[in-house]
Parts: sequence; C-alpha cells; structure tokens
Amino acid sequence: MKEYHYTGPVEHKFSPYAFNGGTVLAVAGEDFALVASDTRLSEGYSIHSRDSPKCYKLTDTTVIGCSGFHGDCLTLTKIIEARLKMYKHSNNKNMTSGAIAAMLSTILYGRRFFPYYVYNIIGGLDEEGRGAVYSFDPVGSYQRDTYKAGGSASAMLQPLLDNQIGFKNMENVEQVPLSLEKAVQLVKDVFISAAERDVYTGDALKICIITKEGVREEIVPLRKD
Amino acid sequence: SRASRKRECRIMATVSVCQYHRGGFSFENCKRNALLEADINKLGFSSPAARKTGTTICGVVYKDGVVLGADTRATEGMVVADKNCSKIHYISPNVYCCGAGTAADTEMTTQIISSNLELHSLSTGRLPRVATANRMLKQMLFRYQGYIGAALVLGGVDCTGPHLYSIYPHGSTDKLPYVTMGSGSLAAMAVFEDRYRPNMEEEEAKRLVRDAIAAGIFNDLGSGSNIDLCVITKGKVDYLRPHDVANKKGVRTGNYRYKHGTTGVLAKTVTPLNLEVVEENVQTMDTS
Repeated sequence: MKEYHYTGPVEHKFSPYAFNGGTVLAVAGEDFALVASDTRLSEGYSIHSRDSPKCYKLTDTTVIGCSGFHGDCLTLTKIIEARLKMYKHSNNKNMTSGAIAAMLSTILYGRRFFPYYVYNIIGGLDEEGRGAVYSFDPVGSYQRDTYKAGGSASAMLQPLLDNQIGFKNMENVEQVPLSLEKAVQLVKDVFISAAERDVYTGDALKICIITKEGVREEIVPLRKD
Repeated sequence: SRASRKRECRIMATVSVCQYHRGGFSFENCKRNALLEADINKLGFSSPAARKTGTTICGVVYKDGVVLGADTRATEGMVVADKNCSKIHYISPNVYCCGAGTAADTEMTTQIISSNLELHSLSTGRLPRVATANRMLKQMLFRYQGYIGAALVLGGVDCTGPHLYSIYPHGSTDKLPYVTMGSGSLAAMAVFEDRYRPNMEEEEAKRLVRDAIAAGIFNDLGSGSNIDLCVITKGKVDYLRPHDVANKKGVRTGNYRYKHGTTGVLAKTVTPLNLEVVEENVQTMDTS
C-alpha cells in the first residue's frame, strides 16, 4: 500500500524531456501523399501556441511530421536539413524519400541511449512517383506503410484509418483505391473527431499535399477548447 | 441443560457469518487492490485513474444574489470522458454547489449534504442557510483528511442575504465575493480580478461569469465544451444549462455508416423467448 507520510524534503530529479502534445498523420495514395498535423503546442494543462505546425517540408517530394518533445523536434529537423544540403552538395541530386527515411533511422539510433523524444512520420513520393509513408519510433525503427498516425491522439486515429483505408474488419466492401479528394476529406474528419476527445489536439489542422506538381498546403480550423 | 446450550451456539455461529453492512466507506477491497496494483505495475501497465473533472468553476455575488458558473468537460487522464457533464449540483431550492476534482467525490458529497440539509430543513421548519451547507461540507471533508478530492464553490440566497463560499478538499473554506476553483481557476480569476465590481447588475454579473469560464475553457486543457450558469436570487433560481454553447461539435463531411452485411456473421442461433410485454419505454442514447 502506498504510504502517505510526510518524509521530509524530497529532491525532484531534473527531467530533460517535456511532452508538448500534438498529433501527426500521413497517408500514401497511388500518385500522392498527405502529411497532416494539428497546430497546438501545449505543456501540462497550458497552451504555448495555437499556431505551431508539426509538418516540415524537406524537399519538393518529401514532408516530415514530428510530434513529442518540441525541443527535440526542432533540433532533429535542423540536423535533417543540414544533412540534406550536404548530400546535395556531394552527390549533386536531392535525396529520395527512401534515402531520407534510411538516414533518419541512423540519426535516431545514434542517440540510442539518450533518445530524441520525437515520433516521426515521413510522407512523400518514391522514385516511381507512387505515394510512400515511413513511420518511426523514437530510436529509429522504421517501416514503409500506406497510412500511419503518430502523437497524442494516434491510438484514436489509427484504428479508424485501419478500417477506412485498410478496409480491415469489413466484409463485402468494394476495395477501391483512395483518391486524393477522399483522402483529404477523411483526414479532416479524422482530426475533427480527435479534437473532440483528446485535449492535446485542436486549434487548427495543416495538411501538406504532395503530388508531382509539388507540395500544396491546406489549413482547416479545429476546436479551440 | 448442556445439550440445549450446544444447539444455541451452532445457531449463533451461522448468524455471525452474514455481516450486516452498515453505511459509510467500505475498505474491504484495499488489500486486494494493493496486490493487484503491484502485479499490474510488474507487467508494465498502469491501474485506471479515477475520473477527474479538470474543471473551471466560479461564482460571483452581485446586487440581487449570486451567479455560479461551470464548464462541462470531464477528463480521464488527458482524454475527454464526458463532453457535456453537469457540474452545478443541487443542494437545496435556494443553494447550489459547483464541484471540481474527483467526479465521484463531488457528486456523492453534494448529494449527501443535500439529503442531510433537507432533513435539517424539515426539522427546523425553515429554508436552509448557505452557512449551514458550508459547515456540513467542511466538517465532512475535514473528517476524511483530504482523501475526498472535492473542491467546491457553494452559493445561494437565504434570509440573511446572498452568500458565496469556496471549499477545499482538506476542509478549509473562504467566504468571498468572487471565487474560482479547478485547473482553469487561474484563467477565470484573471478575468474576475480585471472586471469585478461590488453590486453589479444581473446582466453584467452573468457576462462576467460567462467570460471567466470561457477563459478557462479556451486556455486550460482540462476544461472545455459549454458554459453552464446558475443565477440564484431571493425566491427564484435560473438554472441555465447550457447558457452558452462555446464549442460546437465539429461537422464531419464524410458518411461513415456501414451497409448491412459489413460485419461478417460466423454463426447464428435464434432462441425465442416467450415473454409478455407489460410495459414499454424508450430512452434515447446521447450520441452527441
């Protein structure tokens, strides 16, 4: 049984991490990819900012979404951007999505014993122009997916995506491939639902749409409470 | 004789097995819970947390009475458990109480005191006083040494005028013209400290309380959804639920209904129940 006696002054260990909330989501289609995130930055019960998106554009064909500890998100994206420049200067071409994913895995594992507290999801187009999503854990384990949700409301969003995009647990359904319009509508609806029940998700939703024309952005308001 | 006494003892033994449960808290499960918690922690899971209301509640005394306000979100950890719960509880026809902290504690404590106050009022033959409710609440909370996590804002109008109290889980109370409680109390108090004046008019007081709760709803993650108000004056109570729908549910554009046959049926057995319908009543489910 937990004892509730006053034991005297207690030293609280300094924690190098903080949890700043936020949810990211990426979907890969036949010839497009979407990376979406909410724009709320919070800590404890307070809101730091209502306009802090978690998607960062890396190249014309790749966007990364990072949620977790904002300090590590910023440092990690700076490191990735520097490494992209180095690659461009050495190899005279831009990094492909698959290459960025492999590189990120090694960067994250390099800090295996003091990890970057970041949940990453990369969305982009592969060499053949097909949509690609790569999802990571904080220490660099990754795999290519069709869709993935990460961050504070991931446990709420992932089952819904499994059902609507992966057609899981459904029978007698026409497995029609996802179109761009349907995917954008689904992402908006899914975030509206997440904002209802997750306190860390809200304020606004930013969707980065990656096609062979480039990266287009769409911003949708969400609940502000 | 000795034989008859032996028979008596056997009868007494069977009666003592069924313990008649007297009222109050039952601590029978504490040992079991401690063992379960240790086992669960060993497996790496955490035991379920009591649902808290993570709230913004406040009250203000104005010219003709008191205005109480509350948000409507109940949280379980950082997930919203109830988007429209009622935090302003009835104590007596002229006294209402807002509750923050552990949801079960605020609900049960206010119901217990409401019941006792009704009996007391019948005994005295008078309308209950706010100070009486305050005394009963603080004496109960102090008795439980803070284990009942109920932080309350108690307000009402009685024969001695309008009164407002804030009551803390350990049993201390403050009698003040404006009070706030809950995780959003700092946001709400900031609004009060800016705009409170003594002897406000009803509309101004309602606007002030509404704005204070709105500050909590938008700036505190533990509070949200709508604003409930309760305006208590001499002889009249306006229970405005909701007074202001500050956050409408987001509108989804897609249709997610499933067609018949989407869920696979593996086996089907039909057992007819030969029953007679005596009474039928329909209660709609809250799908908001």
